[in-house]
Amino acid sequence: MTAASPPQVLRAPLVVEFPFTRSLGPVQSAFLTGLREGVVLGVRTADRKVMVPPVEYDPVTAEEIRELVEVAATGTVTTWAWNDRPRPHQPLDTPFAWVLVKLDGADTALLHVLDAPGPEAVHTGMRVRVRWAAERTGAITDIACFEPYEGPAGGEAAPHDGDFAGAVTGIVAQARLDYVYSPGRAQTAYINALSEQKTVGERCPSCQKVYVPPRGACPTCGVATTDQVEVGPAGTVTTYCIVNIKARNLDIEVPYVYAHIALDGAGLALHGRIGGIPYDQVRMGLRVEPVWTEGGRYPDHYRPTGEPDADYDAYKELI
Amino acid sequence: MARYAREVAVVAFAQSDHLRRTDELSEVEMVMPVLHQVLAATGLKAGEIGFTCSGSSDYLAGRAFSFTMTLDGVGAWPPISESHVEMDGAWALYEAWVKIQTGEADTALVYSYGKSSPGSVRDVLTRQLDPYYVAPLWPDSVALAALQAQALIDAGETDEPALAAIGARSRAAAETNPHAQLSGSVPQGDYQVRPLRTGDCPPIGDGVAAVILAAGDLARQLCERPAWITGIDHRIEAHSLGLRDLTDSPSTRIAAEHAGVFEAPVDTAELHAPFSSQEVVLRKALGLGDGVSVNPSGGALAANPVMAAGLIRIGEAAARIHRGESDRAVAHATSGPCLQQNLVAVLEGDRA
Repeated sequence: MTAASPPQVLRAPLVVEFPFTRSLGPVQSAFLTGLREGVVLGVRTADRKVMVPPVEYDPVTAEEIRELVEVAATGTVTTWAWNDRPRPHQPLDTPFAWVLVKLDGADTALLHVLDAPGPEAVHTGMRVRVRWAAERTGAITDIACFEPYEGPAGGEAAPHDGDFAGAVTGIVAQARLDYVYSPGRAQTAYINALSEQKTVGERCPSCQKVYVPPRGACPTCGVATTDQVEVGPAGTVTTYCIVNIKARNLDIEVPYVYAHIALDGAGLALHGRIGGIPYDQVRMGLRVEPVWTEGGRYPDHYRPTGEPDADYDAYKELI
Repeated sequence: MARYAREVAVVAFAQSDHLRRTDELSEVEMVMPVLHQVLAATGLKAGEIGFTCSGSSDYLAGRAFSFTMTLDGVGAWPPISESHVEMDGAWALYEAWVKIQTGEADTALVYSYGKSSPGSVRDVLTRQLDPYYVAPLWPDSVALAALQAQALIDAGETDEPALAAIGARSRAAAETNPHAQLSGSVPQGDYQVRPLRTGDCPPIGDGVAAVILAAGDLARQLCERPAWITGIDHRIEAHSLGLRDLTDSPSTRIAAEHAGVFEAPVDTAELHAPFSSQEVVLRKALGLGDGVSVNPSGGALAANPVMAAGLIRIGEAAARIHRGESDRAVAHATSGPCLQQNLVAVLEGDRA
C-alpha cells in the first residue's frame, strides 16, 4: 500500500457533437418554409397581436394560435448589443450587432444579427431589413442577417395560408461543443498505472473496500478513498454473458464472452472480455489474467491462468 | 408562519472556494468536502438525512450523468431518497422544501455544483435556447445580457457608469468573503459585448454549495438561530426574448408577492444577478430601497459557479441570519437567459 501520488493531471480534448432531428408543428413549419421562400410569417393572437417569430400558443392565455399572417422584411431595432469578437458558429464572422427587430406589421421582436460597420452606426429605433441567405433551406439562418435600410416602411400584416410546396417539416439541430477533459486525481492515477500494465484501486478508509477503477470516493461511506492499492493481475470471473450480436466497428468475432472479473485484492468486479478459451467453456469461478497488446493502454482481454477454479465462497460477495 | 403546513429552516450552509479551474478534481472530488462540511455543521450523518436533492448540468463539463457520480460523495448506502434537477440548486432546494412540507422528510441535504472550466460556458449555455429560432444563431450568454443592458440604458433606468458601480460594489463586498473568486478593486475592462464590459460580467469558475434544511423543533436543535423559510415561490416567463419587456422581471415580482416579500421590510437581499444590469432589474422588481444590504457576499459578480450560484444566494442569506446579522432577508435565484426563471425566498430569524 502506498500513499496516493500527487496530482499529475491528465487532460485531453473532448468533443461533444449531436445532430438532433426535430419535427416542426404547423406553425413553425410554415414560418421556416416561408423563410426558404423569402416570406416572413407570423401568427395573430386572439387580441389581434402579431407575433414574429410565431409561437403556437398564446404566452398570456395559452390558447392555441394558428392564424398565419405575412409581415414585411423590414423593421425597427428595439435593442442591440455590439459584438466585436464573433464566436464560433455565429452568423457573421466580422464584428456585428445582436439585435431584436420588430418587423413592420409585427408586435413582437425577432432575435438576429445586424451587419453594420461599427457600433456608432447602430441605435435603437434604427430601420433595418432582412438580407436573405444565398442558399436557403428552411432555417432561421435563411435570414443571413439584417442590414441598415432607409426605404419605406412595410404595411400591415396580411393574411397568409401558410401553404408552400415542399413544406419543411423538420430541422436538424447541429451542435458541437469542445471541452478539455480532466478525469481528476483518482482516475488519473488509475489510467497512469494502466499504461505501466498495472491495475491500481483505492481503499476506503472506513469500510476497507478497494475500488477498481477508483473515482476518489467510497459510494457506500461517502468519504475520500486515499490509499492506492495494486490489485491483480489475476482475478476470478464472477459472472458473464455470451454476446451473439456483432457491434458496428467492433473487430471481434461473435459469439464472445463479456465477464465481470474480480481482480485479486479488489473489493468489486470490473468488466472485460474473455479470450483464449471457447465461449461455451467460460464459467463462474474461472481464474483469468489480463492480456495487453503491444502499446495497449488497457488490457485487450483476459485469458485463463490455468489455475483451478476459485471456490464460490471466495467470490460470492463480489457478484 | 401560517403560510405553509410546516416550519422549515436552512440550518447549515457550506461552499467551496470558487476557482477558475479545478483540473485536479473530478466532480465528486470537488463536491465531497463541501458535503462533509455542511453535515459536520449539524452533526448529522448522511444516513440520517431524510431527502437528498442536487442541481447541476452535464453540459458544463461535457460529462454525462455526472450527478450520479457525485452521489458517491453522499454515501448512498443504505439506499437513500434522492432526486436531481437539471437546474440551479435553488430549484433542488425548492423540491426538497416541498418534500418536507408533504411530511415525507424532516431533513434534506441540498447541493449543487458547476464545473465550467472544461468547456466554454458562453457557448455551452446557447444550447439551452429555443432550438428552432435561436440556438442556430449561437447567441452567447453575454450577448443576451448585453441586449437587456442596452434596453435598460435606452429606457433611462441605468447607464454605463452606474453599471460599473454595481460591479465595483460587489467585488468590494466580496473582500470579506473568503470563497469569492474575484474581490477587491477589479478593472472594469473592455467591452465584452457592448454595453457590457468585463467588470459587468461574472467570472467563470468551478464551485460547489450545500445546504441542510430541517423542519420545526429539529431545526431548533440543529441550529442556534435557524433561518426559517417563511416564503418561497418560483415563476417563469416566455422563453422568447422578443416577447418580453427586458427592462422588467414580472416573474420575480409575482414570486416575491407569493413568498410574502412585500409584507414586511427586508434588511438583506442576496440577488442572483450574474450581470450588473440584471441587478437593476431585480432591485426594481423586488422594490428594494437603499436601506437594504444587497449582495453583502459579493454576489454572482464575485463568484458565479453556474448551477450553484443561486443556491449560494439562499445559503449566504441564511448564514447572515445564523450569525445574527440579518432578521429578514430575501434570496433570489435565476436560470435561463435574461432572468427567464426566477425563484424568491424569504428567510427569517427568530427575534430575541
